[in-house]
Amino acid sequence: MRTAVVFGVLLCCVAVSVIVGALVGAVPLGPGEVLGAIGGHGDPGTLAIVRDLRLPRVVGAALIGGALAVAGTLLQGLLRNPLADPYVTGTSAGASLGAVATIAIGATAPFVLPFGAFAGAILAVAVTWRLAALGGRTTVLTVLLGGVVLSSFAGALLTFLIVASDRVVPRLRAVIGWLLGGVSVLDSSELLVAGLVIGAGAVVAIALAPRLDAFAFGEETAATLGVDVDRTATVVLVTTAVLTAAAVALGGVIGFVGLVVPHALRPLVGALHRRLVPAAFLAGAATLVLADAGARSVLAPSELPVGVITGAVGGPFFLALLLREQRRMRV
Amino acid sequence: MTSLATRSVTAGYGDRVALRDADLELRSGELVAVVGPNGAGKSTLIRVLAGLLRPRSGAVSLDGIDLRGLDRGQIARRIAVVPQVFDTLFPFSVREVVGLGRTARLGILGRASAADRAAVARAMRELDLDSLGTRPIDALSGGERQRALLAMALAQESDVLLLDEPTAHLDPAHQLATLDLLRRLAAERGLVVVAVLHDLNLASALASRVVVVAGGRVVSDGPPARIVNEELVRSVFGARLAVLPGDPPFVLPRVGGR
Repeated sequence: MRTAVVFGVLLCCVAVSVIVGALVGAVPLGPGEVLGAIGGHGDPGTLAIVRDLRLPRVVGAALIGGALAVAGTLLQGLLRNPLADPYVTGTSAGASLGAVATIAIGATAPFVLPFGAFAGAILAVAVTWRLAALGGRTTVLTVLLGGVVLSSFAGALLTFLIVASDRVVPRLRAVIGWLLGGVSVLDSSELLVAGLVIGAGAVVAIALAPRLDAFAFGEETAATLGVDVDRTATVVLVTTAVLTAAAVALGGVIGFVGLVVPHALRPLVGALHRRLVPAAFLAGAATLVLADAGARSVLAPSELPVGVITGAVGGPFFLALLLREQRRMRV
Repeated sequence: MTSLATRSVTAGYGDRVALRDADLELRSGELVAVVGPNGAGKSTLIRVLAGLLRPRSGAVSLDGIDLRGLDRGQIARRIAVVPQVFDTLFPFSVREVVGLGRTARLGILGRASAADRAAVARAMRELDLDSLGTRPIDALSGGERQRALLAMALAQESDVLLLDEPTAHLDPAHQLATLDLLRRLAAERGLVVVAVLHDLNLASALASRVVVVAGGRVVSDGPPARIVNEELVRSVFGARLAVLPGDPPFVLPRVGGR
């Protein structure tokens, strides 16, 4: 019953965020006009603004947010670590390095950049997993320290590429803007492919749910409960890399969504992943659509990178969660 | 009838051999207490029996089938292990934790069947957890958590139950209740129950068989009345304890050199 209410509220949040996202922009439009245009009614100018410019961006932001939140949920479940997400483990940094590397080597074929991002992400999650398994058991500390090291290393290589590559320098502004986390207006084929990839990732994540639950008391207990630990870990890590790479390819490095969303949802929907994963997708989508709307309106008519909004809101929110956790542990 | 057997099993970690040439046959209806000093190889024996640690030589077989030939799901439907680590950072409820015991039996979409729900309800009833079902596991006392994890293992409805120090966090009343439950599971449901225990008196009173492990070897194996005596306590534990012979024998400390 409670779960049904939470999912109802989350669906409403997504709907409201889409409408808010479509309302924000240079040309002022009323809610009625926006709703009409989403439904296919209205004058051609309004239709073009809403359906060709704002909605693709809103859908892109929703996909990125959903992908990051699900990737964060997967990493937290596998590593039994509520502080893990694509950003802190360095997966996003790896993906962005892979993506910029494709620009640096001059590869321009369609979808080379997402594949570069995927290669970087899979390398990063593989390193995270090896680090996490050091000493026989996953510890919160090694994962976070590994993430710091990985992010710094990828950051250094990234800076080198940006400064040294003749091919990156002319596109510096675009590359930096993208790295800081920015949702750009997407064409519909890009959006369709991203939607299919992220949708497939989310379905795999839901299918993995019972096995992820079994990791709650560690890998060895997961094994005695009947989980093939190595195979499950591989599938989880590849899925995480796919979701992170898709999100990074669409919107650059965006922090805190993958970390905060699952964390905030657990008290509401519980720890079972078959509820947590879909809830994280919906909440992540609504969160990033609203953050993107904020990024477009704070300094309008110029735009902030959406990463600025997620960092500015997500950082203090996460601190508040940590403090609450501390108090709860002390009681 | 279930039989879990090791045949000249040697196992260890890295360069260290923790268990050497272990030959054991454990049968339905037995409550086997594994006793021995710290670092003797008791936990290694449990991990080998669970198929978690591959023997370097020798083999573990379940009803004559080598464990290496079974996948984790097949093993989990026959052998349940009560974990020693029971902290989780996520707010699973007690009922959800017990439900994890059904992982190997869930359908492809992970939905619980009527049989799954019945097994969880029975395990919770047997461990007196009904009133704690919706409580988050991390809000429970150490003893309550241990009962929840034992219930999780029971929900697996396995033929073999392996426990590494199941009474470590329990008060005397719950220690007794837990071991009595294990004894009944062995006697009435024909389970093979193997538990690492530290309290020789509890082991003597409730186990039908005591296996003594020391220095990585099985040094003694038999009914408590025959196995637990002053010589064993002195040679294996290096402790000056008095043992009053009987069935069960009773171990008590000697104080002040008496």
